[in-house]
Amino acid sequence: MSGYSITEPSRGQKRLAGALVILYAVITLLPLLWIVATGFKSPSDAISYPPKLVFEPTMEGYVNLFTTRTRVTPETLAELPPPDTWYDAIVRKYDMVIAGPSRYGERFLNSVIIGFGSTFLSVFLGTIAAYAFSRFKVPLKDDLLFFILSTRMMPPIAVAIPIFLMYRELGLNDTHLGMIFLYTAVNLSLSVWLLKGFIDEIPIEYEEAALIDGYTRFQAFRKVVLPQAATGIASTAIFCLIFAWNEYAFAVLLTSGTAQTAPPFIPTIIGIGGQDWPAVAAGATLFLAPVLVFTILLRKHLLRGITFGAVRK
Amino acid sequence: MSETAMARAARATPPSAARRIRGLSDRAIAWIFVAPTIFLLLAVNIFPLIWTVRLSFTNFRANRPNAEVSWIGLRNYTRILTDDDIWLTMQATAHFLFWTIALQVLIGFALAWLINRKFRHSDMWTTIIVLPMMLSPAVVGNFWTFLYQPQIGLFNYAIAFLTGADPTSFSMIGEVALAPWAIVIVDTWMWTPFVMLICLAGLRSIPDTIYEAAECDRASKWRQFWTLTVPMVLPFLMLAVLFRGIENFKMFDLVVQLTGGGPGNTTTLTSIDLKREAFEKWRTGYASAYAVILFVTVFGLASIYVKALNKVKER
Repeated sequence: MSGYSITEPSRGQKRLAGALVILYAVITLLPLLWIVATGFKSPSDAISYPPKLVFEPTMEGYVNLFTTRTRVTPETLAELPPPDTWYDAIVRKYDMVIAGPSRYGERFLNSVIIGFGSTFLSVFLGTIAAYAFSRFKVPLKDDLLFFILSTRMMPPIAVAIPIFLMYRELGLNDTHLGMIFLYTAVNLSLSVWLLKGFIDEIPIEYEEAALIDGYTRFQAFRKVVLPQAATGIASTAIFCLIFAWNEYAFAVLLTSGTAQTAPPFIPTIIGIGGQDWPAVAAGATLFLAPVLVFTILLRKHLLRGITFGAVRK
Repeated sequence: MSETAMARAARATPPSAARRIRGLSDRAIAWIFVAPTIFLLLAVNIFPLIWTVRLSFTNFRANRPNAEVSWIGLRNYTRILTDDDIWLTMQATAHFLFWTIALQVLIGFALAWLINRKFRHSDMWTTIIVLPMMLSPAVVGNFWTFLYQPQIGLFNYAIAFLTGADPTSFSMIGEVALAPWAIVIVDTWMWTPFVMLICLAGLRSIPDTIYEAAECDRASKWRQFWTLTVPMVLPFLMLAVLFRGIENFKMFDLVVQLTGGGPGNTTTLTSIDLKREAFEKWRTGYASAYAVILFVTVFGLASIYVKALNKVKER
């Protein structure tokens, strides 16, 4: 807006509004900052009273996150050669030695495999289906689109009962493939709806021109529509990835070992006498950080993604 | 018809009537493109749904696959609908739904209204506020149990600091009176930005000229707010409530990590109860009937709501 307008808020109003919003933002960020900070605290600092804002940062949480340790007697410890690495040194302060890697790395990798696998599949299937819904006369189009959307309304636990039985018959329980199929199916509603919106916005004249130039439908789709829809496809992919990354209900019911993702695993990280909070916080920090980055990248399409394309701004 | 005539016809006709030029027909391509999606959804959603309905009439138990299964008709359904505990679960769910939605609408709308004052860097702060809702509810919920610990928890400390209460005197997730509010607080923290974003889109969709006209008519700011702003944002707000309603009716991950349904059954929402029946007590048939009842409830409520939403939109 340019120049003076009677609807433009006054300077004082803007300042007050800004101050209130920033206050809310700071309060809402506190739990997240606390996760990051706790990851760098020693176990005793993490549970001190009053909660410590200033503390000496340590990597203990991260070391505990990635290793399993065994307690040894001070005599055995004294006989050991000096620690080779900085993390050996940290562990030995507590009369312990590193016994091996923890499961966190595997679980994180599972999240990556299942996340990317299902994202690729749901975006691929979603793009071609959305193209068809956007450009062709599909019989019962509206009913099919509503059906696709309605699959998202079912509580995951309710769907999980028969999926569990079906996967048990097929040997897909606790497998990467089973989880990839499942997350693909769950994400399809989002990817079809979002991508249909994006493809609807590409002027149909581009394809018509390509068709007249002698392209086949497939060529026109690949060489004209896909490049035009690239931003839409990328943001849809990020939304699908975030969903698969964060999903917990199916993961906790259908995986327990080889294919378990990080969300059911992180809350099970325990130390002496309950949860090892610095290690949990370290695990959470590493797990949440990629999503924070993606959210910032996505900010322009956020609204569209969370409303399945219903609100476009 | 020659190739060029076809091309000319294609140019002249609307897209739906555009005919094939070379290669596969459009109709064939449409089917090839849509079929995998429909097939996968049938396999992973509809087939299991039908299976659930079938199981709901039996006494099948998934942990005893070799035991004899018998048809027991509607007995699962009558048992669920007459079970007092299920009604308590429904009450807990209703409490959770009502308060999360009420708080998120109030705070979300207020925030959107403030952000729409267009102060400096408002876009940056909007992005920051949005962050919690993108995170894994299970991981974040688990960490909130740490924030909620008496004495050492940041939440208790902050409340004690502000009110002067003793931070060891209350446990948000351990006390029957507080636990239902503990889950409302975390859900509101996570999802207020969702309502805020949608409200903001609504506020930004209102053209300035309408307010200018109202100013000319000397309508007070208060009156402008109630007769212009609110009605124009209402369809957006209702959409946000629809999404939050469906999501929170399904709520599982956040609450199961926060309280596990306890203490007692005070925060046992329907999904948590269903999980216990299906995967801890292994009463698969009974749980299937429970699941069917939940489906019907969600679809029923959602479709009534969507009708109301469409009416508001038409106005």
